Amino acid sequence: MKFNAGEFDIAVIGAGHAGIEAALACARLGCNTAIFTINMDAVGNCPCNPSIGGTAKGHLVREIDALGGEMGKAADECFLQMRMLNRGKGPAVHSLRAQIDRRAYSTRMKHTLELQKNLEVHQAEITELEKTDDNKWLITTRLEAQYTAKAVILATGTYLGGRIYVGDVSYESGPDGMFPSKYLPDSLEKMGMRLRRFKTGTPARVLKSSIDFSELEEQCGDEPVVPFSYDTEHPGENKVKCHVSWTNENTKQIILDNIHRSPMYSGKIEGIGPRYCPSIEDKIVRFSDKKRHQLFIEPCGLDTEEMYLQGMSSSLPEDVQLKFYHSIKGLEKCIVMRPAYAIEYFCADPIQMNSTLEFRDLPGLYGAGQFNGSSGYEEAAAQGLVAGINAALKIQNKEPMILDRASSYIGTLIDDLVTKGCNDPYRMMTSRSEYRLVLRQDNADVRLTPTGRAVGLVTDERWESFNKKQELMKAEFERIKNTVISPSDKLNEILTANNTTTVSTGIRLQDLLKRPELNYEKLKDIDITRPDISPIIFEQVEIEIKYEGYIRRQYANIEQVRRLEKKLLPKELDYSTIEGLRLEAREKLNKVHPENIGQAGRISGVSPADISVLVIYLASLKNRPEGKTDDN
Amino acid sequence: MEKTIAAISTANGVGGIGVIRISGENALTVADRVFRSVTNKKIENMKGYTAAYGHIYDDDELIDEAVALVFKAPHSYTGEDVVELSCHGGMYVTKRVLRAVLKNGAASAEPGEFTKRAFLCGKMGLTEAEAVMNIISARGAQSAKAALSCMEGKLRKRIDNVRDDLINTAAHLSAWADYPEDDIPEVDAENLLNTLKACSSELSKLLKSYDTGKIMREGVDTVIAGRPNVGKSTLMNLLSGCDRSIVTDIPGTTRDIIEETVMLGDIPLRLSDTAGIHSTDDPVEKIGVEKAKDRLLKAGLVLAVYDSSRPLSEDDKALTDLLSDAPSVAIINKTDLPTKLETEYIQSRVKHIVYLSAIDGNGAEELEKQVSDIIGTSNLDASQGILANERQRSSAESALQSITEAIDAIHMGVTLDAVTVIIEEAIDHLLSLTGERVTESVVSQVFSHFCVGK
Repeated sequence: MKFNAGEFDIAVIGAGHAGIEAALACARLGCNTAIFTINMDAVGNCPCNPSIGGTAKGHLVREIDALGGEMGKAADECFLQMRMLNRGKGPAVHSLRAQIDRRAYSTRMKHTLELQKNLEVHQAEITELEKTDDNKWLITTRLEAQYTAKAVILATGTYLGGRIYVGDVSYESGPDGMFPSKYLPDSLEKMGMRLRRFKTGTPARVLKSSIDFSELEEQCGDEPVVPFSYDTEHPGENKVKCHVSWTNENTKQIILDNIHRSPMYSGKIEGIGPRYCPSIEDKIVRFSDKKRHQLFIEPCGLDTEEMYLQGMSSSLPEDVQLKFYHSIKGLEKCIVMRPAYAIEYFCADPIQMNSTLEFRDLPGLYGAGQFNGSSGYEEAAAQGLVAGINAALKIQNKEPMILDRASSYIGTLIDDLVTKGCNDPYRMMTSRSEYRLVLRQDNADVRLTPTGRAVGLVTDERWESFNKKQELMKAEFERIKNTVISPSDKLNEILTANNTTTVSTGIRLQDLLKRPELNYEKLKDIDITRPDISPIIFEQVEIEIKYEGYIRRQYANIEQVRRLEKKLLPKELDYSTIEGLRLEAREKLNKVHPENIGQAGRISGVSPADISVLVIYLASLKNRPEGKTDDN
Repeated sequence: MEKTIAAISTANGVGGIGVIRISGENALTVADRVFRSVTNKKIENMKGYTAAYGHIYDDDELIDEAVALVFKAPHSYTGEDVVELSCHGGMYVTKRVLRAVLKNGAASAEPGEFTKRAFLCGKMGLTEAEAVMNIISARGAQSAKAALSCMEGKLRKRIDNVRDDLINTAAHLSAWADYPEDDIPEVDAENLLNTLKACSSELSKLLKSYDTGKIMREGVDTVIAGRPNVGKSTLMNLLSGCDRSIVTDIPGTTRDIIEETVMLGDIPLRLSDTAGIHSTDDPVEKIGVEKAKDRLLKAGLVLAVYDSSRPLSEDDKALTDLLSDAPSVAIINKTDLPTKLETEYIQSRVKHIVYLSAIDGNGAEELEKQVSDIIGTSNLDASQGILANERQRSSAESALQSITEAIDAIHMGVTLDAVTVIIEEAIDHLLSLTGERVTESVVSQVFSHFCVGK
């Protein structure tokens, strides 16, 4: 029997990486919040790789942290190995990645939710979502409990209509053997939401003691450990090693001989899989000239012997899996504890949302994470945070927080999703940002802490330390600008040793640092007034100085684009009625409903001439005499 | 701040006045960079509705004389600051002036953009708004169509090849940066440089073809020079096939510059038969002589005419001295008469010499050959595809600039993340011709070419 179980400001459906950030943000901003999970033991679960961060994803974690999110802190507490990827390729692409203890991470997050003021955590499968007469949302659980909320955030991950595929076996299921969310998709479609099927997959977990590591290459963490969070002062040490192995001709043959048994190739799976994360059978078929493929063997935690085989996801039958895993060096006798599987699930077409992640036609309803067509824990957490913040701001009648492309990878991710949509699960990459020399992981705090503070998620303590760091940076910029190093044998020795031209007159420290061949470390002997401050500040100052010209140019571009983004487009505009727009542009614009001229210009199929027409149309709306605007 | 834009605002055509309109917040500054008034007055300091006379320079090269008209916001067509440069015309000169303006900080105006700005600045009433939108969309479609038709065939292929090479390079760099642990081949600096240099050289060639191609379309600005009565007008008549100049035996008959476009083989020449260059006391003739000298220095081609039946005069020598800086052919005319001219002085100073009888046309073929050599059209194969309009040219030029910058950055040891961004800028410039977007192109290329992902 249905019963009234309670009333909340905001309800979050799903307690994965998106749901957690969303719920914490809402509760911390003072909203009375409930979060629902199908299984209490699956809160903050990592059903795929036991790691957080990586290229561009590391940037996202830093940005989440700068805004006042939780992911960075939890990863710092639960990491097993930390690496800064891409050192030597330039500061724009430096990316942090942590191997984490998967269980510890999940426990840490669950506990954080439990301790959070204004937040209730419930185990329940949501079966129905309806709009009430007074513009609230009514949520019904499988056990017929009913809750009302002013706003709902959908963060359903791969649970929504989840179906697992292993060879010719398939069954309804969420990830890691959890129940799927079976009834909610119908309820969502009933209210006019466009859903579609995506697919992803995960490799096998194998028993550590059954692996022969003796001939495998080791991969260790970086020392000293660099943490994700700006709050983490003592990050701890690397605790584990990863290992590298390779597939071979034999692996390839086994897979090719059995490819007809893959549900992907026999056409059983209709969902679209990610381009960036192909299964091993995909890699072998699509890149058939490659003789071998790399795989990483990663520990899942300190109190488990399960090892994750990164790069080896598959939906082939279990007997084939056993055969090809056993063909790989080091894995000849491995015991597979959890077989690899593919999972298909429902997600929403994100162009139905605006940049607050609220559905345009369903006010008060928000989406985040895999539900929005993205993939990855970090992408999910980033969206959860933005959806959570905006749901809270809306309830409190405050201005929304919109992050533009120029502000962050988070802004770029959301703009890509809501403007261009996605045809396969969307993964963040540094190449997706046109502003990547400005959007670095080292300056995420500079870019976003003030926003987080304005929203109300940045604590006094963090704000104070941020401002202190900014002052130190400013002072250091001044110092290197004003410090003139006089010519000396010692200086010229350093210059010669580093293959750069010697000097015969005094030179500013700043101009020395500008030279690509030099850096703070190399100049330490002649830089006698150097203050004793954090190396992070030196690193950041050095990057800003070295790349000044390029960075300035990116800012100029940003300025141009931001001007266009200030030109807002009316929400209810029917583009099909605007004379002068080409037919294709009218259709695309009506589908995406861009919020401003800048966003409209990024829609494929909208030409510069169409944009001119829109600008004029906008101006003509403004010029219209008062009396005429209220025609309807 | 809207960007400052410029375009030619007079109809295409040879002769007459050509007007380049510059509009936007920096219009005055941009104009000051190319225009030098005879009184040294800066355009920036001029009042609205005033004019100045002066010269247009591209860097330090004199292009034309011009009148600059200044309009101050909001009292102008667009409602912004506007400078209109009226120059002597001919599409060739007008386009060179526009190019100088674009080089100095203005962007090429979109179709209908002046009108659009006029509207946005409240210069037009509501009723005109819809008409303006229709004009813009029609012009946009037209120019897109024009660009596409020019882009077809060989030219499109050449630009696409450069673009694809750059996209492949950027995709490799992106895969290498975004998938550090995947089995991506190292980016080899040597290879990277070679690719960029190949792209740079192809674009340079295309840009050069633009100038040659333009000559094919619009004609070479050609001056016929020589002291009086050496047969300049007869030569002009030979080339044009009719009597245009007044031909008599009295020196100094031709006082005015007469223009005509003629075909010499495949090459259109825009001929001006000029007054002879000689010392004179007649004030009217003196002006004519000075004008002729001036024209000669600015011309795309000089046909210097000598009379082979008379000895080399001081005036001939003076003319020969002027030729050293100009693309020129020395024409030893009147070969039908007994030779009295010593040609050593000319031979030592002018590379291209043709012996001709303008009266009967003997030697005209040799003249054609020499001219085609000088103009570079002998090496131009139009079927290879050439850049057709200013927009294409400026996209290719911007792309070339970015590539050059990327090459410099690699030499300087700048890290590859910044180099990648510059290469993407180059791609962006090339893609602007077809309206695609760089990040999407690169990302799709990463996935189709590299086996990446966990």
